Amino acid sequence: MIMRFIYQLGSPPYFYALSGRLLPWLSGLCFILFAAGLYGGLVLAPADYQQGDSFRIIYIHVPAAWMSLFVYMIMAFSGAMALIWRIKIAEIILINSAHIGAVFTFLALVTGSIWGKPMWGTWWVWDARLTSELLLLFLYLGIIALYSAIDDKRKAARAVAILALVGVVNIPIIHYSVEWWSTLHQGPTVTKFDKPSIDTRMLIPLLLMAFAYKFLYAIVVLLRARNDLLWRERRSQWVATLFSKEGA
Amino acid sequence: MHPLRKRRLILILVMVSGIAVATGFALVAFNQNLMFFFTPSDVKAGKAPSNRLFRMGGMVVDGSVKKSDTSTEVWFDITDNEKTVTVKYNGILPDLFREGQGIITKGKLNEKGEFIAEEVLAKHDENYMPPEVAATMKKKKPAYIKE
Repeated sequence: MIMRFIYQLGSPPYFYALSGRLLPWLSGLCFILFAAGLYGGLVLAPADYQQGDSFRIIYIHVPAAWMSLFVYMIMAFSGAMALIWRIKIAEIILINSAHIGAVFTFLALVTGSIWGKPMWGTWWVWDARLTSELLLLFLYLGIIALYSAIDDKRKAARAVAILALVGVVNIPIIHYSVEWWSTLHQGPTVTKFDKPSIDTRMLIPLLLMAFAYKFLYAIVVLLRARNDLLWRERRSQWVATLFSKEGA
Repeated sequence: MHPLRKRRLILILVMVSGIAVATGFALVAFNQNLMFFFTPSDVKAGKAPSNRLFRMGGMVVDGSVKKSDTSTEVWFDITDNEKTVTVKYNGILPDLFREGQGIITKGKLNEKGEFIAEEVLAKHDENYMPPEVAATMKKKKPAYIKE
């Protein structure tokens, strides 16, 4: 049953139709989540006892950092699917996630730096967390560069899938860096087995923002994947019928 | 599963676990270099390098901060609740520098065993709460909380 769904999803016309139906719903939910998260985070949540209002950058920084890892995991998973089953949709999801992941990583690094200057007293330090996150940005950029360097896009996707799978060892290193080594970056607040060490009124907007970012990623990756799919399949029958129907 | 796909799956698993093991060995080998700072106990035990700059991290001891009246010189003790080291610093301290706060400082030891700091960074902890919660958690209300 599940395998049948995966095989169906792997069929380009089915994927195109399903994603087209999903997109308006995803966009609506994403908008509501962003509105609620930003209002809760910037207006309703109380100021922090030490940092005052400066802590509110958490609502941009932390979800972006989570997404930088999440998007990479999706890419590695799609990469495995693309290598084992040679599913075209998996290849397309893999490569079209890379730019989005790179943007999230860049956002996490920049907002962290802006917060670090007044709070820590420095823009940047070479501690294990910051360095491994920077490495992640280079991994994303490397994947994009490798994909553009190879003309045959199916071969390119396989090469990129291997690179994505090699880089996956960096993900637990980023997550556990603050526990394995002494770093300037603080330890985890929410993503640990204990109760989150953040006030509930601050936590709820943070989680809303985390979901909003997830929906934003889903929307952008589907839009990009649909475009890429149409271009790759431009000579196929289903694309021809799709456009003749829309033209009529 | 189709035998060809199964072989590909096994190949991928072998590749990823091989890389993970290799990275694991490399990280264990470089463990000391990945430490961003030493604790006062490490420093007292002579684990910190003596001839070059290194970083030391710990809590600023309550009531230990002494400021010079004429310059930006400041003295304070930092501790890991086992050993304490006196730090001398000349410069501007970050926002979060307070007594009882975790900090990281870069510098080297002098002959008297004092740490001559060139840079002081405040380490933020993972706790976020509004001032009134912080106030009820601490019996003594710290001065930096505005009424």
